[in-house]
Amino acid sequence: MAGEPTASETPWLDQDAKPFICIKGVTKKFGEFIAVNNVDLDIYQGELFCLLGGSGCGKTTLLRMLAGFETPTSGQILIDGIDMSNVPPYERPTNMMFQSYALFPHMTVEKNVAFGLKQDKVPNDEITDRVHDILKLVELQDFKKRKPQQLSGGQRQRVALARALVKEPKLLLLDEPLAALDKKLREQTQFELANIQEQVGITFVVVTHDQEEAMTLSSRIAVMDKGQFMQTGTPTEIYEFPESRFVADFIGSANIVEGKITEDNADHVRVSTDLGEIYIDHGQSTKEGSRVWVAIRPEKVHLSKKPPSKKGPNQAEGMVDDIGYLGNTSIYKIRLKNDRIIDVTAPNQIRPKSRTHQITWEDKVYLGWDASSAMLLKK
Amino acid sequence: MTETSYSNDSISSSTQLLRQVMRRLQAGWRTIVILIPFLWLLIFFLTPFFIVAKISVAEVVIASPPFTKMIEWTDSGIMTVRLVFDNFLYILNDSLYSSTYINSLKISITSTILCLLIGYPIAYGIVRSGPLAKKLLLFAIILPFWTSFLLRVYAWMGLLADQGTINNLLISLGLIDEPIRMLYTEFAVYVGIVYTYMPFMILPLYANMEKLDGALNEAAADLGSKPTNTFFKVTLPLTMPGVIAGALLVFIPATGEYVIPDLLGGGNVNMIGRILYNEFARNVDWPVASAVAIVLLFLLVLPMAVYQHYQGKATEEQ
Ligand SMILES: Nc1ncnc2c1ncn2[C@@H]1O[C@H](COP(=O)(O)OP(=O)(O)OP(=O)(O)O)[C@@H](O)[C@H]1O
Ligand SMILES: [Mg+2]
Repeated sequence: MAGEPTASETPWLDQDAKPFICIKGVTKKFGEFIAVNNVDLDIYQGELFCLLGGSGCGKTTLLRMLAGFETPTSGQILIDGIDMSNVPPYERPTNMMFQSYALFPHMTVEKNVAFGLKQDKVPNDEITDRVHDILKLVELQDFKKRKPQQLSGGQRQRVALARALVKEPKLLLLDEPLAALDKKLREQTQFELANIQEQVGITFVVVTHDQEEAMTLSSRIAVMDKGQFMQTGTPTEIYEFPESRFVADFIGSANIVEGKITEDNADHVRVSTDLGEIYIDHGQSTKEGSRVWVAIRPEKVHLSKKPPSKKGPNQAEGMVDDIGYLGNTSIYKIRLKNDRIIDVTAPNQIRPKSRTHQITWEDKVYLGWDASSAMLLKK
Repeated sequence: MTETSYSNDSISSSTQLLRQVMRRLQAGWRTIVILIPFLWLLIFFLTPFFIVAKISVAEVVIASPPFTKMIEWTDSGIMTVRLVFDNFLYILNDSLYSSTYINSLKISITSTILCLLIGYPIAYGIVRSGPLAKKLLLFAIILPFWTSFLLRVYAWMGLLADQGTINNLLISLGLIDEPIRMLYTEFAVYVGIVYTYMPFMILPLYANMEKLDGALNEAAADLGSKPTNTFFKVTLPLTMPGVIAGALLVFIPATGEYVIPDLLGGGNVNMIGRILYNEFARNVDWPVASAVAIVLLFLLVLPMAVYQHYQGKATEEQ
């Protein structure tokens, strides 16, 4: 993408844009248990929207309400402007890929994929062609005569994906679509998903555990916890501007420290913490003296064996406690004087001559970060 | 070699011996485990079958037992084997027998279909009901087995008789003036068979449907299939093993049923079980009775073989 995104790429910023899916105050209770708690969300035509959250936070339940398998306890869902309250699943303009795949065990791969097209009374020749094309896409053309029991887990997942994709519905709901695939096939399928979405303009709602997948795929992400939306935004917004400790910690990793605001100006904030004084170069309308948290991503911390030339904020010193070598990067666990551990990741730009790191165990190191790197969190 | 290493050696050799004994024992167990069902079949199925088959190729005589021996020794010490197939020819040529076989099959097939039509929705309902209701309903299905079968058939006689509960009720309600004749008709036999064998249809169907993944119905609906279509394209094919098992469990015993046609059908409904009983007890013609039983067996073995074939194919596919 070059330059500023256009309005059509960010419809959620456009006041006049009409959302394709409108979720209004939706709550779902199972007995006393609240699985989805008062969720409001607008999703726009052509978006690839990711629902991200830990196990049991209500992602599948929300998806099932969109597909029509669960009725909201309260609230309303509109798809394409139509209230879905009384629309049965078989009349909704949606297709869902089930987390359990739900393939028909008595049908071959081919018949499974063709099932949906048959319901729409698509001519037989066209069914054959479309099934063939989609099976080619998911690399299963050699398996079309097999029954689901004769496939591996990843192959079944691809059949389920093909079966949902082949109908090209207005709204595709994918529940953990790529979880069982190996890395290479997953990346390939991610790419294909993005491609299909661009070509056909289908709106996707994708549930995933995998934040990297959510980052690469989606136009926007909603981070869920205990049935509620913690934050909704673009991958960059969620990563660089988390609003809460939960989001900062859930997406990527972060060193989070508690602190007190000592100075709050229009263009900067100073916070006193265990990590020393932290200077943040953007204002935040918070009362001085109030309790806040500061999150710093491990890759935004510089590591050096030389002390900084002049003393100031955003500095700390400690000892290397542990090193994790990840190939392209290394994670350093730095123990400060007050025994707090700070994670720092650094790219391994230089191939070490000897088989040890330049910075190694028990080394005394100095930490520093830019004034723009620290993120102020109010909850 | 020191003292200790020697004793270690003896320990290891004794454990080896122990292991060998265990292995022998295990192999012995395996043989026993296979032997038990084998012996069971031999004693309680094959032996009686061969005895009946033997009697079916004998001739009736007034003696005890009332049939000729298959193997006889003449005075000069020559063994003679007598196999008489007249009984089979007699059964096949006399239209009474063939028409009774056909009538039996007609009644058992119709009853099986009725059981399926009534039992299928019941089984489906039980599977769909809540955990407590499910337990109660299954209990209700099994409950009749706790009272005598004969008693339940007599109860139906009391219900269906001309002066029985149903007729009295209808007359007192003013719906009819004269009692409707139900007892001693084919209708009564159908009622008896369908009632008696219903659990044998419902239970295998229930067991089969319980395993069915509810997400499949959702997946079908999601792909645009209406409930009726989903039933015929997804639910019914997947419950076919249960349908076949239930149908056979009803069809096979119903074909040879004796008590129900005798008590509820009176002399008006002829089923092969009654013929068999009459030949055996009233005419004391054991050879013909045995031949009737053998022919019936073959009529029943045929659908069994079909079922086996189907089962074999289904397991192969899995
Ligand atoms: N039919 C149901 N009856 C009772 N509780 C349910 C039902 N379905 C879901 N729940 C509960 O609702 C909560 C949310 O479930 P859901 O399946 O939406 O989680 P999820 O976010 O999809 O989790 P995962 O990532 O593990 O798939 C869970 O605690 C679950 O136990
Ligand atoms: Mg889920």
